[in-house]
Amino acid sequence: MKRTTGLLAAALLASTAIGASAETLRWARAGDSLTLDPHAQNEGPTHTLAHQMYEPLIIRDQTGAFEPALATSWAPKEGDPNVWVFNLREGVTYHDGADFTAEDVVFSINRAKSEDSDMKELLTSIVEVRAVDDYTVEMVTDGPNPILPSNLTNLFMMDKGWAEANDTVKVQDVEGGEQTFATANVNGTGPFRLVSREPDVRTVLEQNENYWGMDQFPMDVTRIEYTPIQNAATRVAALLSGEVDFIQDVPVQDLGRVADTEGLVVKTAPQNRVIFFGLNMGADDIANDDVEGENPLADVRVRKAMNMAINREAIKQVVMRGQSQPAGMIAPPFVNGWSAEMDQAETDVEAAKALMEEAGYSDGFSIQLDCPNDRYINDEAICQAVVGMLGQIGVTVNLDAKPKAQHFPLITNGETDFYMLGWGVPTYDSEYIFNFLVHTRTDERGSWNGTGFSNPEVDEMIQSLASETDLEVRNDTIQSIWEVVQAETIYLPVHHQVLNWGMKEGVGIEVDPEDSPKIKYISMN
Amino acid sequence: MLAYIIRRVFQSALVLLIVGLVAFAMFRFVGDPVDNMLGQERTQADVERLRQQLGLDQPFPVQYWRFLEQAVQGNFGLSYRQGRPVSDILIERLPATLELAFVSGLFALAFGIGLGVFTAIRRKGFAANAIMTLSLIGVSLPTFLIGILLIYVFSVELGWLPSFGRGEVTRIGGWTTGFLTESGIKALILPAFTLGLYQMTLIMRLVRTEMLEVLRQDYIRFARARGLRERAINFRHALKNTLVPVITITGLQLGSIIAFAIITETVFQWPGVGLLFINAIQFVDIPVMAAYLMMISVMFVGINLIVDLLYFAIDPRLRVDRSAGKAT
Repeated sequence: MKRTTGLLAAALLASTAIGASAETLRWARAGDSLTLDPHAQNEGPTHTLAHQMYEPLIIRDQTGAFEPALATSWAPKEGDPNVWVFNLREGVTYHDGADFTAEDVVFSINRAKSEDSDMKELLTSIVEVRAVDDYTVEMVTDGPNPILPSNLTNLFMMDKGWAEANDTVKVQDVEGGEQTFATANVNGTGPFRLVSREPDVRTVLEQNENYWGMDQFPMDVTRIEYTPIQNAATRVAALLSGEVDFIQDVPVQDLGRVADTEGLVVKTAPQNRVIFFGLNMGADDIANDDVEGENPLADVRVRKAMNMAINREAIKQVVMRGQSQPAGMIAPPFVNGWSAEMDQAETDVEAAKALMEEAGYSDGFSIQLDCPNDRYINDEAICQAVVGMLGQIGVTVNLDAKPKAQHFPLITNGETDFYMLGWGVPTYDSEYIFNFLVHTRTDERGSWNGTGFSNPEVDEMIQSLASETDLEVRNDTIQSIWEVVQAETIYLPVHHQVLNWGMKEGVGIEVDPEDSPKIKYISMN
Repeated sequence: MLAYIIRRVFQSALVLLIVGLVAFAMFRFVGDPVDNMLGQERTQADVERLRQQLGLDQPFPVQYWRFLEQAVQGNFGLSYRQGRPVSDILIERLPATLELAFVSGLFALAFGIGLGVFTAIRRKGFAANAIMTLSLIGVSLPTFLIGILLIYVFSVELGWLPSFGRGEVTRIGGWTTGFLTESGIKALILPAFTLGLYQMTLIMRLVRTEMLEVLRQDYIRFARARGLRERAINFRHALKNTLVPVITITGLQLGSIIAFAIITETVFQWPGVGLLFINAIQFVDIPVMAAYLMMISVMFVGINLIVDLLYFAIDPRLRVDRSAGKAT
């Protein structure tokens, strides 16, 4: 029964799409989207799937640059730096045929700002959203916010009428008792419409023939079959055996195998994620070391010595099999504020030893390192390598590797003195890094700063970034903050992660730094 | 008899309650679900609010009591990860696991008995020795390795069978089945073999030992002396007497097939409850973990209860002992 309807549908599709070739893309990655509600989760795979069906006002293309999506242009309002004006694309329709207008934008932003939304932190500066006319929207912020557009690239637009008709105005709330309509149904403006979905099993999408960008993008794929395959070996096997056309997350040990197989290619690009270690430098004494009464990490010479003892090139060659880019700062290379000069790190064990001696730790000390074992590429192996490297300067490291669900609470609760963390920067701006990792830990900021670093001057500079409209002044401030971060060696950067996508020859797509492929860009031949 | 049954049911319920309590005591060590549920931009206020909403700020006996209160009414809560009712998700996923367990159980039983009898009868033959040696590999290789090896040979190299998933399924009422489509049946072969291999070797070795034992008995010798044909002796007289312990073991192993399915399901991306459980652990999805553990323990306790009651019905000695008050 199922098969015959499938055949029928295929026949129908073939008859309607004469001329255009019908291309199915079978796509697999490790995890599935958590929900179809576009505002309920701020998470990679969830956004990636949503991007095929919903659209934001502004999208990032495959290089990370802005590209107009539902907004055709945007700029701060003349004479009022607290207001951003967005001109919307005309003639766009939702999958159900409804028109996309300014009131949908107002509705969507307000929905995303509501309490149960996971996207609300990106929109805290917005005070009011108003529709000027059908195709113009103004967003009022609580002060000038020069980087507001960066916060909107994963903020999807829903149809107000559809949401109201289906009683899904409220964002899905896990504890709310019931799942909402939008958790399992989609009505977007995007290039693909939802055909069927079984969470964790298979999601099928079909091309939206009325998509506004039909002529603007390749749009070669007419049907997407998306399957999460959790086990890395199985995922690679599925690509090797031709059961899928495109996989994300190729494990580094299988890269050669995939690349050597005829008809398959691996594409590699640096990811928007940097891996580093945090040091609890703020405490008077720390619990996880063997030094009584004082905190060796409070001494900048010790932190510098540890930084110099890490041989990033060796980690790249041995642990990562060449698949990493050694880092000297904790900003990925795409981010505003990154500089090649700061991203250098030298390894000098002799100088490190001298610094340790100068700091009065010539006999070294021992400390516990907390490390995740299922979050980043080869995370535990990196930590093991670092244990050996720090041993060379007398720092005896006891490694404690745990699943991510147990590791991350240690950092946010301040229960670790030496930890591994990875950070991606969705806004492509240093402010995001400073807010979470450098600012003193308060209710609003510094939630991921487990180092105890607290510098009122730096905090002030960080806060000024949010409303500084003069981009040159702003960039200078960013530069000064980085200089402090580097001089103080708050973090020990390790490397920038590299993304590997495996695909059949003929699947034309470039690796997206956010690991979020947008299928409309794919050309098939 | 009735008193015995009531006592056993009461004991089973107690076991279930204790399993639940232990499970809830352990959840805190799996990690903090709030961390996964809120994005990295969340504020401390969000964390507190959500923790309170979910009742995670309460001590675990309170959390457990709340769970029981709801569970008695058939409500297992919403999955933290998927935001859908846990009971819906379990019902959706169960057919996949039950079909896989059924097929691998059948496979284990058929081949286990067949090969067991064969190796017992021809115990000096080359084939029998080869099978015994190979079965050692089956027992000692970890399941995931066997799965990966099978995928490598049959999917990647030969391209005969799919490496992941369940193929095309047909929906019949609330049940989804892979038995009715070609791709569904193909998809079953590798996972069922992987899952059943251990049980098969277990049954095979059991049958072989029992069979060798039985073949030494006097009545087999007499049967031979009477001039019965070999086949009649082996299958009508010997095998029948071998099967009693085999049936007991198979019953008990049925539970472990479903529980062991976790690894097989992960390797083959089989969309059953085992894979669901693995995902739940990684996300610290407490409602799903709790419901799954309760389901598995209900199943184990239920099977044990039935086996006990069957013994009681079959074995008159138990009844005599009880009525005479000689409880041992």
